[in-house]
Order: sequence, then structure tokens, then C-alpha cells
Amino acid sequence: MPANRFNGHSDYGIGIGLRVPHYSHILSKKPVVDWFEIISENFMVEGGRPLELLDKILEQYRVVQHGVSMYFGSADKPDRTHMRRLKNLVKRTNTPWLSDHLCWGSVDGTYTHDLLPMPYTFAAARRTAEKIRQVRDFVEVPICVENVSSYAEFHASEMTEWEFLSEVVELADCGILLDVNNIYVSSKNHSFDPYDYLNNIPHHRVGQMHVAGHTKFEKYILDTHDHPVLDPVWKMYAHATKLCGVSATLLEWDDRIPSFDEVHNEALKANEFIDGAKKAVV
Amino acid sequence: MKRPPKHAPARIASTADLRLFQRMMGAAVIRPLDANDNLQAKWIDGRPMDSVAAEFIKPNDRLTAFERLELYNQMYWSRLFDSIRDDCPGLVAALGDAAFGRLAQAYLAVRPSRSFTLRNLCSRLVQFIRDNPRLTAPRTPLAIDIASFEWAQTVAFDGESRPVVAASSLARTPPGRLRLGLQPYVTLLDLRYPIDTYVMSVKRREAMRSEASNTPDSKVVSRRSARRPPRPRRARTLVAVHRLDNQLFYKRLEPGAFRILGALAAGATLTRAVAAAGPKARAEQVQAWFTSWMALGWFCAPGNKRSRRAS
Repeated sequence: MPANRFNGHSDYGIGIGLRVPHYSHILSKKPVVDWFEIISENFMVEGGRPLELLDKILEQYRVVQHGVSMYFGSADKPDRTHMRRLKNLVKRTNTPWLSDHLCWGSVDGTYTHDLLPMPYTFAAARRTAEKIRQVRDFVEVPICVENVSSYAEFHASEMTEWEFLSEVVELADCGILLDVNNIYVSSKNHSFDPYDYLNNIPHHRVGQMHVAGHTKFEKYILDTHDHPVLDPVWKMYAHATKLCGVSATLLEWDDRIPSFDEVHNEALKANEFIDGAKKAVV
Repeated sequence: MKRPPKHAPARIASTADLRLFQRMMGAAVIRPLDANDNLQAKWIDGRPMDSVAAEFIKPNDRLTAFERLELYNQMYWSRLFDSIRDDCPGLVAALGDAAFGRLAQAYLAVRPSRSFTLRNLCSRLVQFIRDNPRLTAPRTPLAIDIASFEWAQTVAFDGESRPVVAASSLARTPPGRLRLGLQPYVTLLDLRYPIDTYVMSVKRREAMRSEASNTPDSKVVSRRSARRPPRPRRARTLVAVHRLDNQLFYKRLEPGAFRILGALAAGATLTRAVAAAGPKARAEQVQAWFTSWMALGWFCAPGNKRSRRAS
């Protein structure tokens, strides 16, 4: 769905993450980029250099907020101070939608700063959906939840991950940030067919997609975001685009970050698969 | 985090069950690693950790439940260690890697993150060092000074900036009634060591090492630059850590100037604050200090009266 109510009826194209090593290049060369994704928490500060830099970026570029600490799946209630900070940033960036992860990471106010996997149960889905609704009603922009990569599964789970994702987004009536690389990583770690995942989610709710690189170890795969996107992930991205339509797409490259041009060119490879998907539809 | 349950719930049928499950896994994830940087073999109640992990985590054909949990435990400590090392290069250089590692592990074990952002990870480190002087002995006073200085840098980098008080509005209020606040991003430090110059030399060394790693003869350069700067000798240093045009700065202060700023930050009127400078402070000197502070934009409307001095 190029533009839908989950991404603010926008059609953003291909973006990359706004990362520190690229700041001076972006500000001095002003390269043409469809949009930047920012990590909300990096700019939920009171003042100083981060906000000055963000304002300069906003003069030239479209920005979408991506969070890492809302923890929709935590049993804790949403933190109102946190939501107020987030809303202030939303007003500053005019993000058409914002995203965060379908995971938990804090308990009783202690933070792990990780994206921990959920037990896939109906009760957890209800609680998670309730929090997504509360946050969305407070910040007043559409929300897309991102599937995370994971390294553990739980005995308590009552359904598959894609069934849990579907249950949550239907109950919350929110969008999906479909991270194709995360599906691939989890499929290898948990031995499921990633195409079963792609084929069995509500495609009309996908408001954005992520692609990224990962690292293979002997017994598992880690979602490291420090490599180009691997071929099986691009193949899945092409399939997802056929199913969901052309969505705003973002390449995540967060470690061992190469030059701006290398990251941007890697992101633009998505165009090859988008063109293929369009031809397939015609 | 509240104490985890004895067993993770077998079924998660309510938010209360979910909370118990998350307390169990959360406690396991943030628990300190063993001496070999692995998940500890015993749980907090003495049971074997592999059987505790197997109660709620499924194994697969390559990894046991213990090993899967261990991945999260190791990633947690790796992430937090990286963050705290990035924020405390001076403390790492002064204590050495091993002693800093022990301090960081003890600190994070007792004071895990209570903030949504890793930016605040070191906010309680100074007090922790004060409360646990053995961990940094015999360099505890130096460690306190460096940790204070490095936290002040974090505050100066992205702390709140309030509207600057205009000179014209100062003239309208009698000095006996005039109170001024210090910008929240300014921290006054009464240090026993010249930490400003020490931290700058540590950062220069880090920059050299970073450049060296990108040069063909990096082994030669990095060996030469690997020597850490000598630890500073005791010398009382009064400094304000602040920012100007969103760049970090350190400004040395004379004792009289430091006392005036400290008094203003604590809520004193202008008359009382100037008196705090002492009888030796010359009027033209005090005037020059205020001119400089006004130009730096340090004064704002007074907020709460908490002292902004740290030592």
C-alpha cells in the first residue's frame, strides 16, 4: 500500500537512517534523499547540539521517527513523561507516522535497552494492543509496530510470531513496520519458513518496510545492521512488495557504518525489486 | 526491579502473569556475567541455571535454553559496558581497564538503568563511587572528580537551555531583591585535580588512536600513542562545564567568581552573592566577571534552589 492510513497517507520512497558519521556530509553536500529515519530517543533531549542538528535536517529533508524504548509489550503502564517528550518531538518533526517495536524491554521501571521477544499469548496481545492505542491517542499520529529479530522462544507461547503480530495490530488497529531482515533472522534462529510469515500477515496494514544486513554465526544469526543486505532478504523484500504494495522503505546500517554514498546506494537497490513488483502487478 | 518469582508462569493469561514472566527474564538478562563473561551457572536461589532457563525458554536443535538466555545476558552487558566506556574515557584512563570494568559492573549491578535512554546511564555514578570507595581505592578522590566532570559534560551537551535574562531587566530590579538562575546546562565543579586538562589530553590520545587505526603503519603509531596521559597531580581547580553555540567548553573560575555563581545558583540575591566573593574581590573584577557571564548567556530566571555546585 503506497499510501495508507497507517503511514499518514504518505508516499515516501526510499530512506536511510540519520547517523552521526554522516552528519557533516549531509549538511555540507545536501545529497538528494527521499527521507531520513531518526531514532526518536536521540532527540528527546532538552536542548543543545542534537536539536540544532535536527532542525537543520528538517529544513531540507522529510523525517520519520522510529523509537526503541516505548516497549509496547512491557506489562508496565506507558510513562506519561516519556509520551509527552515523544509528542513534543512529533510536533517538531511533523512525522507522518511513527514506529516502535513489538517487544518488551523494561520491567518495574528498570530498562534493559534491548528489544526482548514477547511470549506470543492472547493476554500479552491484548495488553500490547491496549498500550499501542494509549500511545497513539496521546501522540496523535499513526503508529506502525515493527517485528523484532529474536534468539529465544518461550514455552508459554500460544501462537506463531506472525499470528501474534496479526492479533496485536488488529486489536490495536495500527500499522506494521515490516522488517524483512528480522523475519529472515528469526526464521533461521527458530526454523520456520519466512514466506509463511510474509504470506500470513494483514498486508493492508503495512505502512513501512525495513531491510538490513545481519551476521551468521555457527549456531545462530545476529541482527547486526553492519553489512549490506543479503540476497535472501532482498528476495523476501521483493515478495513482500508484491503482497503489500510499494511501501516506504528504509535501510538500517547502524554499525561499522561506511560512507554516506555507500549506504544510500545500498538502500536504492530496493528500486530494482520495486520495479519488478510493479511489473508483476501490471 | 522487584524480586523475580520463584518460577516463571507456565501460562500467561493476564497482565499480572506477563509482569511475572518479564520480572523473571528481566532479572536473568541484567544479572552480572560470571568471571568468563558467561551466564552464571546458578540462579539467585541456588538452583542450576540451565533448569531455570528451561522452565520458560524452549531449546532448539542448536542451542539449549541456557545458551539462548545467555545470548541476551551477554548482549545486555556488552551494550551497557560500551555505553559507559564511551561516556567515561577519563575514568577508564585513570583507573585502567580492569579496575574500571570492576567499577562499571558493580555500579550497573546495583544501579541498573532507570531511564529510557542510555544517555543517563552515568547519572548516579558519582554518588555510587562515594558510597563504595573501595572500588576505586586508592584513587577515589580522583575518580569522583573525573566522574563529576564527565557527567557535567553530558549535561552540557544536551541539557535544557532557558531564556537568557536580558541586561535591561537586571537594571530594573534592585540588587537586594534580584535573583538569577544558572542555565541548567552549566555545572560548577570544585575539583581537587585539574580534570579539565586531563580529560582533554585523554580525548586527544583517543583521537590519535582512532586516526592511527586508519593508517597503513598503524601498529607503530598506536604503540606510541597507547601510553595513557599521566594521572594529574592534586591542584584545586574551580571550573564551569558549559556550552556555547552548542559546543562544549570548560571555563576556569577564580575562587571569588566561583562563590558568586554558587551563591546565585543556590538562590541568593545579587547583593548576597557578590558579598560571597569576599572582601578581597575588587568591584571592577566582579563587573568584568558578570560581563563575561552575561555574554555567555549563563543567567536565566531562577528555578528551584538546588545547588548546582558539585565537588
